[in-house]
Amino acid sequence: MKRKTAYLGLFAAVAIIFGYVESMFPVFVAVPGVKLGIANLVTMLMIYLYSWREAAAISVVRILVIGFMFGNLFSIAYSLAGACISLIVMLLLKKIGGFSLIGVSIAGGVAHNVGQILVAIGIVENFSLMYYLPVLLVSGTITGLLVGILANQVFVRIQPLLKRHEGGRQ
Amino acid sequence: MKKKDIILIIGILAAALVLFVIYQFLLPGDSEAKLQITVEGEVYGTYDLNQNQVIKINDTNVCSIENGIVSMSEASCPDHLCMNQKKIDSRGGTIVCLPNRVVLGIVSEAKSGPDIDAISQ
Repeated sequence: MKRKTAYLGLFAAVAIIFGYVESMFPVFVAVPGVKLGIANLVTMLMIYLYSWREAAAISVVRILVIGFMFGNLFSIAYSLAGACISLIVMLLLKKIGGFSLIGVSIAGGVAHNVGQILVAIGIVENFSLMYYLPVLLVSGTITGLLVGILANQVFVRIQPLLKRHEGGRQ
Repeated sequence: MKKKDIILIIGILAAALVLFVIYQFLLPGDSEAKLQITVEGEVYGTYDLNQNQVIKINDTNVCSIENGIVSMSEASCPDHLCMNQKKIDSRGGTIVCLPNRVVLGIVSEAKSGPDIDAISQ
């Protein structure tokens, strides 16, 4: 149990660093709102290694820390909405089954983008933001694919290690 | 990657394509279109696209209309994302400055949409 707490702390730290590094390197500057979403890698690993509780907890910690350090209340609201919808969709797809980590990641990325645009529409009260939706769908698919491939590779390598460590004490 | 993954990707891309086609082609621009500036959800002003002009929006942003094309020329926000956004014309589109909550949008006189909204609010 103590070991798990330590691991979760590590994962949270990695997620925060990913979020920070990402905020320094805008990938596609031309389209606002498009980013790699590499922090989702950690969320994916949490879902597959532990359960939705750990994934949700680490997402919230990451968003609050990143938000208070580098963002503002609005960016926290956008991030929370995106992460929430993304997490729900990813869990749903995992439960349905038949999807690999890559498919789950893509769905998560797209859901994240759609969630953020919905919150943005709510805040600026302007439906013409919907014009961004096709762009965000495509960009979410591409970034989700990249993060999914990465998550798959990390998962394959990290799972046996974690199993061995956790099993050793019990 | 599994079969369902591929289906998912194709499905999302198809949805994006359909939305794009709807926005781009089925909603054509018209000469009656006007630029509407919204600040914090409230209409700040409506301007004629056929007239070249520079519009100051409060003290935060400056946008300009040139030959029917609207662009954000100045913004007080730190990231200047709105200034780099795609320029908009009578076919529609939006430029958004989230930090200042300024939205430049195209409204059509022909459609009664905005009027109904104004009344129902």
